[in-house]
Amino acid sequence: MTEQATGAPKPQPRAPRGGAPQPAATVEHVTGAQSLIRSLEAVGADTVFGIPGGAILPAYDPLMDSTKVRHILVRHEQGAGHAATGYAQATGRVGVCMATSGPGATNLVTPIADAHMDSVPMVAITGQVAGPSIGTDAFQEADICGITLPVTKHNFLVTDPAEIPRTIAEAFHIAATGRPGPVLVDISKDALQARTVFSWPPTTDLPGYRPVSRPHAKQIREAARLISQARHPVLYVGGGVIKAGASAELRELAELTGVPVTTTLMALGAFPDSHPQHLGMPGMHGSVAAVTALQRADLIVALGARFDDRVTGKIDSFAPHAKIVHADIDPAEIGKNRLADVPIVGDVKDVMSDLTAALRADDPATTPGPDAAERYAGWWQQLDRWRETYPLGYDLPEDGTLSPQQVIERIGQLAPDDTIFTAGVGQHQMWAAQYLPFERPGTWLNSGGLGTMGYAVPAALGAKAGRPDAPVWAIDGDGCFQMTNQELATAALNGVPIKVAIINNGALGMVRQWQTLFYNQRYSNTALRGGPSSAGTRIPDFVKLAEAMGCVGLRCEDPAQLDAVIEKANAINDRPVVVDFIVHEDAMVWPMVAAGTSNDEVMAARGVRPDFSDAVD
Amino acid sequence: MSKHTLSVLVENKPGVLSRITALFSRRSFNIDSLAVGTTEHPEVSRITIVVSVDALPLEQVTKQLNKLVNVLKIVELDPAAAVHRELVLVKVRADNDTRSQIVEIVQLFRAKTVDVAPEAVTIEATGSSDKLEAMLRMLEPFGIKELVQSGAIAIGRGSRSITDRSLRALDRTA
Repeated sequence: MTEQATGAPKPQPRAPRGGAPQPAATVEHVTGAQSLIRSLEAVGADTVFGIPGGAILPAYDPLMDSTKVRHILVRHEQGAGHAATGYAQATGRVGVCMATSGPGATNLVTPIADAHMDSVPMVAITGQVAGPSIGTDAFQEADICGITLPVTKHNFLVTDPAEIPRTIAEAFHIAATGRPGPVLVDISKDALQARTVFSWPPTTDLPGYRPVSRPHAKQIREAARLISQARHPVLYVGGGVIKAGASAELRELAELTGVPVTTTLMALGAFPDSHPQHLGMPGMHGSVAAVTALQRADLIVALGARFDDRVTGKIDSFAPHAKIVHADIDPAEIGKNRLADVPIVGDVKDVMSDLTAALRADDPATTPGPDAAERYAGWWQQLDRWRETYPLGYDLPEDGTLSPQQVIERIGQLAPDDTIFTAGVGQHQMWAAQYLPFERPGTWLNSGGLGTMGYAVPAALGAKAGRPDAPVWAIDGDGCFQMTNQELATAALNGVPIKVAIINNGALGMVRQWQTLFYNQRYSNTALRGGPSSAGTRIPDFVKLAEAMGCVGLRCEDPAQLDAVIEKANAINDRPVVVDFIVHEDAMVWPMVAAGTSNDEVMAARGVRPDFSDAVD
Repeated sequence: MSKHTLSVLVENKPGVLSRITALFSRRSFNIDSLAVGTTEHPEVSRITIVVSVDALPLEQVTKQLNKLVNVLKIVELDPAAAVHRELVLVKVRADNDTRSQIVEIVQLFRAKTVDVAPEAVTIEATGSSDKLEAMLRMLEPFGIKELVQSGAIAIGRGSRSITDRSLRALDRTA
């Protein structure tokens, strides 16, 4: 992410009893609703995505007068939530969404769960029915704190207006610090309507919240010692490196040691794709080189990564010979899926700079020394052989139709350098991860952990709202697009000119791929089009739909027109653009490790099992 | 799997207990027993949880509990270095022939008879779960009409207090 501030204030600890008084805070007499908006302004929130409704209505009145907080009126609360996530991922600041009680709040549950799985800093503010009505099954009442308990980092129910500033400050602090995550603040309608005093900065009171950030020196030395002794090491880089803004530290560590790097789906952009030490993405659809490097490693240094099942495959057979150094800011991630030989709890930025310092230190036990390059030479020879023998690739369709991989690859090649890409979930997401160029952090936004179809369009809206100067391309599937495309109207009306590429194969492509491979080509309920055509759906007509939503609608079916259509879309900057790319439905994502199998079973392509008989031990 | 006793100090706020129990069920850990009450500090509650898990899952659940914002401290109490107590109230069928035998059992276990009716005796007993189980086994032949048991509570032996330091931390911010 960017180097910008998190947007959260430093918490103001309460003054010690009898200690010096704090600097006089401003005190004003306001309503709870005004207090909420003043708090959002004070905490540095500049954009809120939301929809008003009965219980949150009082908050929308002072919001109208705020010159610091811009509210973007979405068309569905799920859109507000994903937009807040997109905003947060693109800017590094806390994303904010707002909804009313009951259905407004429950519509936020999916994006909240999504942000929780991907550790995105987000504050969701919901209206609640008036305090005396809570628990009576009142109109539009839902126990949103209870509902979101397992999918938030923390949540608050506020029924006392005096608690609003403190709660907002705490919510932003919790969301942005430690392992980031979503925090929900549910405020009763009567608390919003009541008179109260607004005072900033509030005194926060979080005695049980103490995220660790400085790594332990002894663990760092031990990790450095393992790195300096390993022969087949790999840096396994996760999304935490992007959250920590630690790309520079990663590059320094990688270049100092000469250790190969693999970046997970959540970490794409943390290390330049073009760097010679980059092996690509690991996991179910990772490159053969990355998957196999981890599998054959004698040391894995996991940095802000969580050994997700999509990365490890069958966990019992994952990297059987590797010692594990696991650095994460969340102690609960360490040892959760794979036992760590050297656990390091801390901010991965500090971990890497301390590791680099330890490796540079004049200590024979931890310094790789001049022979490091030589020691890894055999390892690199092998990695290079795998890279050369099993590169990412695809065949162009024989019938002359568009190849989905080619569409995505060309969008990446023709997009300006600072373009932010979002994706939905499925085949198009994996192809985007494989074929788009990722050179810097904060340029790849996707739903990794929860796998939320429909993420791309609202996330692009949020990213563009937060970074209006950066071009934003949403790479979407026709299935995903039909889940959340209502936000195109939001983008058109609010002057948020995103670009959407629909990789339209007329099918729920990834599910269809599994039906092809594992269900004897019995395509149960995966066709989104009617009729016998094997290409994209025309119902709905996405070009007309785009136009109806106030966007430019384009279509491309012919590979000869591909570049021209992309260039045309790139040239439109005053309105959102939707391009309907009609692609063949039979394209599949390769390489692939089938779910539940060992990463040793990686298939480079259908029926192509890599030959690793050259592996050195 | 072995039994472990966790003492969890939490902020005394609404909803904290449901956060704890929800975490156990979400991560599929079973709670054997659970008891909650306030401590010497009214802002702090102490939850005693007995779980049957292996060492590794226990470490995971402890780490997950520690992440809860309202959790102040977690201590696993070593059974050898702690006092564990449970409370039972049990209503046993009794008549003129059996009542004296029941009272004898009550005395053997240093329990108390808290209510007597023509057809039943109600007994209060505290102790370790082993002792209470033994007593209940002795009472069973008479016919147990109703039984209620508390969750276990436990405290470490010796002069050290697990609340000292976390309460000091709380004082600093209070």
